[in-house]
Amino acid sequence: MRLLIALILVLGLAGLAYLAGRARADRMALAAAGGGSRLGTIHSRPVHHGVYVAMLALAPALLVLLGWGVLGDRMVAGQVIATLPAAEQPATPNDRAALLNEVRGLVSGDLPKAFNPLAERLAPVYAAADANGDLLAGALAVALLCAGGAWGYSRLRPDFRARNRVERHVRTILLLTSVVAILTTFGIVLSLIFESIRFFQMVSPVEFLTGLQWSPQTALRADQVGASGAFGAVPLFWGTIFIGAIIAMAVAIPLGLMSAIYLTQYADPRLRRWLKPVLELLAGVPTVVYGFFAALTVAPLVRSFAVALGMTDASSDSALAAGLVMGIMIVPFVSSMADDALTAVPGAMRDGSLAMGATMSETVKKVMVPAALPGIIGGVLLAVSRAIGETMIVVMAAGLAANLTANPFSSVTTVTTQIVALLTGDQEFDSAKTLSAFALGLVLFVMTLILNIYALAVVKKYREAYE
Amino acid sequence: MSAPAVPLAERLQERGPTDWTAPEMQARIARRYRGERNFRRLGMLALIVAASFLAFLLFTIVRDGWTGFQRSEARLEVTFDAAVLGVDPAAVRGPDGAALLARADYPGLLLKAAEQLGPASDTLSDAAWLELRDALLADPALLGKQASLWVPVRSGIDLLAKGKYDLSAPADSRGVSDEEVADWRWLDGQGRLRTGFNMAFLTGADSTEPELAGIGGAALGSLLTLLITIAIAFPLGVLSAVWLEEFAPRGRLADLIELSINNLAAVPSIIFGLLGLAFFLNIAGLPRSAPLVGGITLALMIMPVIVIAARVAIKAVPPSIRDAALGIGASPIQVVFHHVLPLALPGIMTGTIIGIARALGETAPLLLIGMRAFVTDVPEGITAPATVLPMQVFLWSDDVQRGFVEKTSAAILVLLVILIAMNSLAIYLRNRFERRW
Repeated sequence: MRLLIALILVLGLAGLAYLAGRARADRMALAAAGGGSRLGTIHSRPVHHGVYVAMLALAPALLVLLGWGVLGDRMVAGQVIATLPAAEQPATPNDRAALLNEVRGLVSGDLPKAFNPLAERLAPVYAAADANGDLLAGALAVALLCAGGAWGYSRLRPDFRARNRVERHVRTILLLTSVVAILTTFGIVLSLIFESIRFFQMVSPVEFLTGLQWSPQTALRADQVGASGAFGAVPLFWGTIFIGAIIAMAVAIPLGLMSAIYLTQYADPRLRRWLKPVLELLAGVPTVVYGFFAALTVAPLVRSFAVALGMTDASSDSALAAGLVMGIMIVPFVSSMADDALTAVPGAMRDGSLAMGATMSETVKKVMVPAALPGIIGGVLLAVSRAIGETMIVVMAAGLAANLTANPFSSVTTVTTQIVALLTGDQEFDSAKTLSAFALGLVLFVMTLILNIYALAVVKKYREAYE
Repeated sequence: MSAPAVPLAERLQERGPTDWTAPEMQARIARRYRGERNFRRLGMLALIVAASFLAFLLFTIVRDGWTGFQRSEARLEVTFDAAVLGVDPAAVRGPDGAALLARADYPGLLLKAAEQLGPASDTLSDAAWLELRDALLADPALLGKQASLWVPVRSGIDLLAKGKYDLSAPADSRGVSDEEVADWRWLDGQGRLRTGFNMAFLTGADSTEPELAGIGGAALGSLLTLLITIAIAFPLGVLSAVWLEEFAPRGRLADLIELSINNLAAVPSIIFGLLGLAFFLNIAGLPRSAPLVGGITLALMIMPVIVIAARVAIKAVPPSIRDAALGIGASPIQVVFHHVLPLALPGIMTGTIIGIARALGETAPLLLIGMRAFVTDVPEGITAPATVLPMQVFLWSDDVQRGFVEKTSAAILVLLVILIAMNSLAIYLRNRFERRW
């Protein structure tokens, strides 16, 4: 809260710095013009002078506040713990964290009373140190702001190149925003790899990648049944491929491809204008809605169908229900990729075939689809990568039992389902069970990455072939 | 070596002209045309299957969901007896009267009033006393008088009144007890039941009782989360698109950034949840279940969408605009911010709205950062535990109580209406403001 007030104060002062710089530039222009035209009397526009002063004032102050915001808590905590005599200092990092949590709770008023008497004693010390630190950081920020602003203000001259300086910094800011994308990618890769390494210290990668038994429940006591837990992820990989790459694609490829062919080759432009948004609407439905629909409406239908076929052990969370709905979800995706691929086929090929007397369907089957095939395959691979990464449909409609079966009416589980199941309970973060979710995430990330890079390369090469 | 090939023209000459009237040629043409018709029908069939699936989905959700906006209420003649309420009538007229009334024993009053329902006295909702409190607080003059009030009933009675149970089924398989059916028949027979609009559903927060649960809390959580998402993703996305399109020197850095953005756009959303969990929660120590972390995670997820849309829009601005501005002395930065960005704005806004719509419907990454918390109150701020609309759908769909089915579908309806509105706005912006050069 105090930090927020400091931030608002700093921003307000920087606004004043901007106004001061601009006013000074205005005066300089007026003086130089001497009643004549002000055009060209100063190098940069007054706005640039103002922004220059504000920038010099704001940057160091913001850095101070940001640094205090990130490190302040830790510095105050260290200071407070250091006031304790050596005998009373918490022995382990866990004790220390627990103690500090209680102290913070007391200070903020969330906690009416602490369990640890030490916390009661430390709370006022902590509050005082925190207030001191905030005050110090705020004062330093304001001092730096004034100094920076004054220095910038003193440098303004009619021939001062404020615009060049301001724009150099603006370019740097633009560059920094672009780097966020790289940082995000690195953040994903690093967090997945670090947690996976911790997991692979407990479970061998060979067992994880080739084992056929998946039961991540680690028992609380060593003598319980299944105390060790088994981390063979092959059934999960199979389930993911079975639902996402086989059943869903068996629905999505024919439907998507035929819709694209109909829309690009046959449909009346007016009909096309109506039908395309309908397909796009399918793509815009949130996946949680598809999941609800799959679990509540499609799964019972599939189950009664299986029972009617004479299957006694038909599961109510069958692979087929989840795969069917996921396939429908992917249809617009396949359709728009196939649409792009078909439109990219040169018109001369189509016209040539039609001129030879082939019917439209013969042209499509024998000329256009073969010509567009690389583009279509690329699109299908992208669709597969999306299907195996899809989470909510399988979480809600597929099961948790890790079966290695090709029966679409039985229950299988997928990588994403398990990630959610492993990470949504309450458990400590260091167990093999929770860490295995990150190893699964790493596998999923690598699989989708390879599919995407390969598919994009195929599509790109195909486009170049016809350009 | 095979025999030397006979030139095509000679072969055709030998065969002579095709006799198109011959029966076999006619049959062949008929077969080919039939194939053509069938292929065309197949294409139409694919579209019809996709469209009818959408229609079926919408139909089931509307069928199950529209009753979620209604609730059944029972009429109750309540005597606001000061003795039962445990308040002193004289003190109520004093300065602290309102506070005193707010603390009175309404559950006790309800218990007493419910006696008039005879056999069906246990059919009222647990929170029905809130209605009595609100009535008295709105009009303190009611104290000591009798009033006729409509109070919500339990979910079982509510569903019976809406006809959600098949009463012709055998008693043990229809999912509702005989007592409840009898209670409902009695109430209905007395003319004490009505179905009204369920305002609490739109304004309230989550609850363990279906008749009390609402989406207000989740909607506010969604709003807070999306505000964070927009505040981060929009400037980041637009500025990096500007850098990539207008300033990036061709080289390794630009390639790396472009590769990152294209890959991030295709990374499964749940991976962003893992990033949020490992980095924002465990390393940076931000609060669990909070809109702050959810918003940052979703912002990283939709940033590539905005970058890609913004780059397309910036690229579409013709170079003559830039040349003209540069020619009269504008700097490259001025060219971009004074001329290119305003012209590209409709395209950028379209992409941004589509990205935000995606963030609004997203559930998976938020599951991992703990936004599945059971929150019975409207969230207080960006660091307080909250839930979002799609998460509310997920939580209710998991609930075993039958009354939540219609609530889930009703919440989906609200979500879909918002999403369709956002997408229509995007399409409108695109058609209305986008210029073709």
